[in-house]
Amino acid sequence: MAKAVSRGTIYIILIALSLCFLIPPYVMVITSLKPFDDVSLEHMWALPSSLNFQSYAEAFDKLLPNLLNTFYLVIPATLISALLGSLNGYVLSKWKFRGADWIFTMILFGMFIPYQSILIPLIQFLRSIGLYNSIPGLIFVHVVYGIPVTTLMFRNFYANIPDSLLESAQMDGAGFLKIYRHIIMPLSITGFVVVAIWQFTNIWNEFLFAVTITTTDQQPIMVALQNLAGSQVVHWNIQMAGAILAALPTLLVYILLGKYFIRGLLAGSVKG
Amino acid sequence: MAEANLQNTPARTQPNPKTRPKRKKIRSTDRLLAISFLLPSIVAVAVFVYGFIGWTGYVSLSKWHAILPDLSFAGLENYLTLFQNFRFQSDLRNTLIFTILFIAVVALLGQCLAVMIDKKIKAESLFRNIFLFPMALSFIVTGVVWRWVLNPSSGVNLLFDKLGWDLKWYTDTTIWPGIEIGKVTGGIPIALIAVVIAAVWQMTGFSLAMYLAGLRGIPEELKEAARMDGASEFQIYRKIILPMLRPITLSVIIIMAHISLKIFDLIYAMTGSGANFVTDMPGVYMFETTFRSHNYAEGGAIAIIMLLSVAIFIVPYLIHSRKGEQ
Repeated sequence: MAKAVSRGTIYIILIALSLCFLIPPYVMVITSLKPFDDVSLEHMWALPSSLNFQSYAEAFDKLLPNLLNTFYLVIPATLISALLGSLNGYVLSKWKFRGADWIFTMILFGMFIPYQSILIPLIQFLRSIGLYNSIPGLIFVHVVYGIPVTTLMFRNFYANIPDSLLESAQMDGAGFLKIYRHIIMPLSITGFVVVAIWQFTNIWNEFLFAVTITTTDQQPIMVALQNLAGSQVVHWNIQMAGAILAALPTLLVYILLGKYFIRGLLAGSVKG
Repeated sequence: MAEANLQNTPARTQPNPKTRPKRKKIRSTDRLLAISFLLPSIVAVAVFVYGFIGWTGYVSLSKWHAILPDLSFAGLENYLTLFQNFRFQSDLRNTLIFTILFIAVVALLGQCLAVMIDKKIKAESLFRNIFLFPMALSFIVTGVVWRWVLNPSSGVNLLFDKLGWDLKWYTDTTIWPGIEIGKVTGGIPIALIAVVIAAVWQMTGFSLAMYLAGLRGIPEELKEAARMDGASEFQIYRKIILPMLRPITLSVIIIMAHISLKIFDLIYAMTGSGANFVTDMPGVYMFETTFRSHNYAEGGAIAIIMLLSVAIFIVPYLIHSRKGEQ
């Protein structure tokens, strides 16, 4: 009896909290589907009187170039940083040399720094090599500052591959690269999926580098969304439609591959 | 499958005993190869993390206050003026209050949710996903949406209005309880609560996932044995589960703290600095003074203070987890 009551309480609390958590997506979706005359402060919570996709068309029109920019940015940056992280993790877990653990810790620190503390020299540097205000510049930045987290994830991942597997391969005369290609790579598929999802989501959502390194037509989606939302003339229904468009890719990744997303989240935070 | 691949390689045919000294040589070239693959990353981190931090530190000690660089030495002047500055003092208050509120709620709520969801309830994955999905969104999206939801002239206030509450959310300029410290009013800026709500909405999933993983790691037999000894569910929670979740709590606090101390995008998208800087943060100040006013020296000083505030607990944490591994 007492158990049934406590179970009931749990459901009540969970449902109440779930409803709170669903307020933003609810408001977002209904606002985005309203025609302009319907968007008023008094009727914010009311369902739209009729479905209207006009705001999506307008938001899409405004944001399309920036959405494309983000795709050009995210795909190469994710692939390169995953590959780099994999090689680093392989060396730091299976080819440990003296001081390797300290080097790893030094690398790891780079993941926690506020990027404000490297931003001024970074922009000077990008200007001097001609990559300022360009997508390749942003790719470079995300690859470099992605090294700590991707290395950490792969190093933890490879720690689970038994050393005996590598030793017997070495007995057979396989070297560093051959072991990587024939043993580590085939066993890394999950690792690559986890890291790629993590980097994809983070780079897609990133704002500080994007807003300081690019201007106007090179800007990624989050900067464009912020500009759209910050301007006084754009109406709420278009802002909400824009926010949904900007959030959709990472949301889809979460819906389809949520399990790996959470693995990445845990791999990037729990150490040792 | 991997082993099968290897057996087909010609290397296998090499006679083993004779190559023993030779293999040692191969292994040392392999070792060199391994280090050479790591080297670019080491160099990149050395230059782009440590070198650039050093350069920012140098800028923060200079007189570079306009577009054209002036790197002549100014000593600690920029830091001293910052700490005298009303805006920066407000930022310090805001960061402190925000960090405490944000971490406390995220850790507590995440843990409570995890304990409830772990009780083998129905629709478990549905509940989990409702709390977790905001993690996949950008702080910009979160900021844009919550600015609309908590819009003082509408939003949830239409509900609160009926209850007779007039909530101004992020436009409130009240600071509670309002003690004068230096130039600023000390206390909790009420406007920050709106930002905390948005940040909690986004990040609770993180701590929920961490605590769930922690709970799943506690062996069922342990709880079962305690039950056999007549322990109540509450006692089991206090005496077994809570202590075992302590390392998770530490990780949650550390990760949330470093997110909170460098927060920029959420504030920028949701509220901006606010009237009297009630929702300003060092990250926003740094951005505006550096990239809008071209006061690089001041921006550098703020950045270094932000870095130090994070490093104070990240460095011990990293060293601690390094030792735990050995």
